[in-house]
Amino acid sequence: MAAWLGWLIESNWTDPFLFAVYSIVKPLSGAAILVIMYGIISGGNFNTPLFPYIYLGNAFYIYVGAVMTGVSWAVVDDREHYKTLKYMYIAPIYIPVYLLGRGVARFITGSIAVFITIMAGVLFLKVPLHFADINWGLFLVTLILGVVMLALLGLLLAGITLTVARHEGFIGEATAGALYIFSGAVFPLDVLPAWIRPVGYFMPTTYWLELLRRSLVGNVAQAFPTLANFSNLQILGILLGLSVFFGTVSIWVFRYCDRLARERGLIDHTTNY
Amino acid sequence: MNAVSSKYSRKDTGWRLFLKTIIARAYPRLIGQQREVSWLVFDVVMPMLAVVAYVFVYRALNAPEEYIGFVVMGGAMTAFWMNILWSMSSQLYWEKEQGNLALYIMAPNSMMAILLGMALGGMLATAMRAIAVTLLGSLMFGVTYEVTSFLQLFTVFMLAMVALYGMGMMMASAFLLFGREAWHMANLAQEPIFLASGFYFPIKSLPFWVAAGASVIPLTLGMDAMRQLIFSSGFQFGFMTVRFEIIILAVMSVVFVVTAKFLLAYVEKIAVREGRVTESRR
Repeated sequence: MAAWLGWLIESNWTDPFLFAVYSIVKPLSGAAILVIMYGIISGGNFNTPLFPYIYLGNAFYIYVGAVMTGVSWAVVDDREHYKTLKYMYIAPIYIPVYLLGRGVARFITGSIAVFITIMAGVLFLKVPLHFADINWGLFLVTLILGVVMLALLGLLLAGITLTVARHEGFIGEATAGALYIFSGAVFPLDVLPAWIRPVGYFMPTTYWLELLRRSLVGNVAQAFPTLANFSNLQILGILLGLSVFFGTVSIWVFRYCDRLARERGLIDHTTNY
Repeated sequence: MNAVSSKYSRKDTGWRLFLKTIIARAYPRLIGQQREVSWLVFDVVMPMLAVVAYVFVYRALNAPEEYIGFVVMGGAMTAFWMNILWSMSSQLYWEKEQGNLALYIMAPNSMMAILLGMALGGMLATAMRAIAVTLLGSLMFGVTYEVTSFLQLFTVFMLAMVALYGMGMMMASAFLLFGREAWHMANLAQEPIFLASGFYFPIKSLPFWVAAGASVIPLTLGMDAMRQLIFSSGFQFGFMTVRFEIIILAVMSVVFVVTAKFLLAYVEKIAVREGRVTESRR
């Protein structure tokens, strides 16, 4: 039900055409900026390993904004905009599950955007994606694990969002923006200054994106030195470990913030900003 | 009687009321910055995240250093476009949602003055953020500037701002008619405009007709001209000559502001006639 509610809110009962257009146009435009930047500098040579690295990393990163920010944004939406969060709290439902459910709608719209972006790359930009060569098992396991990890990170942000009033809108976006840089989504981590790279190595999204690239275009992804010494299984192990770690931290943080928000009377606290 | 004749009850009319309305509407835009100073940090950090990411993409591609400067400048100018979308275009729609629009129309002031006040306050407040992004980006990535003509640079910037905020005033009226779709329209006009207007790369790189079409957005030509004027090799990347871009921006400034006046009068009439001024459809 929360997922269905989320879908109705996300589509805002508006013109389905307009909704579809902006769900497609926005991600494609974001990708096109990178494509043009790449095209200008490379002189239109899209056959280097760096292009699919950038393109696929950017495409799958849509999930980070959609799922992680989607879960935390549900708090802002329900508390500030619709002023229904207090009713959700007194209803016989489990709030974390409700918030995760709200993220499902964003996952669906995000999946459409990811699919369209990748297809555009394959059809028009020669992204070397050959369906017969895809490691489907690795891809599906990585995708599912990553989405669960992102949803739990969203819960962490939702907890923090519950306890703040005037910065809630920025939290999700700032976190997603920072992860975009530190996860090596659109450039190999080696480009970052050496002192900042360890942050990237600690982020589960780094390994998630690497595995997704490897499962889709293995030889291309392994051309970069960042994680070249690790096998797929090792990276999956690291991703699993970091996901469990961040998942545990997220649940703990949410519980703590939830209790704090109840004690301070923040559940129905609106700012009208 | 004393109360009525006291200075607080003086009735301003004409140009005095017009000016006071502009200042009154600009005031919260500026004073709001001080109310929540921490927002300034986010306002600077958010565009910086995109700037940093795009700079590292160019670094990964071993791009010439000019491109780093292009990205920093584009990142700074995004603040103005976001301000146009969310604090100009969507503003009347939000005012309606909060119940202020009816008060604006009821009050004996010009709606045009309210829009001008919004523009003036937004422009000044956003300029501070844009300067902060430019300084931070320049320091972080060692961007150097070589201004060839300060006079042309000032002219281009001011004309781009007048045309841009004139366009924002036009869009404010149009967005009022969109109703609930206003949110989507503003959302839709972010990345596609960043792409078409060449915020992170020279517009000359796009096909001619695409670049020409994107020139309807004043920032497209404004940024193109500014890049030519502040980077030593900027002229190589220019879409048109700076002089021609100045002429186009001047024409745009007049057209957009005049159109905004007529559009506002039209929308106000429709809104009052159809009872949409107080309508709130969440």
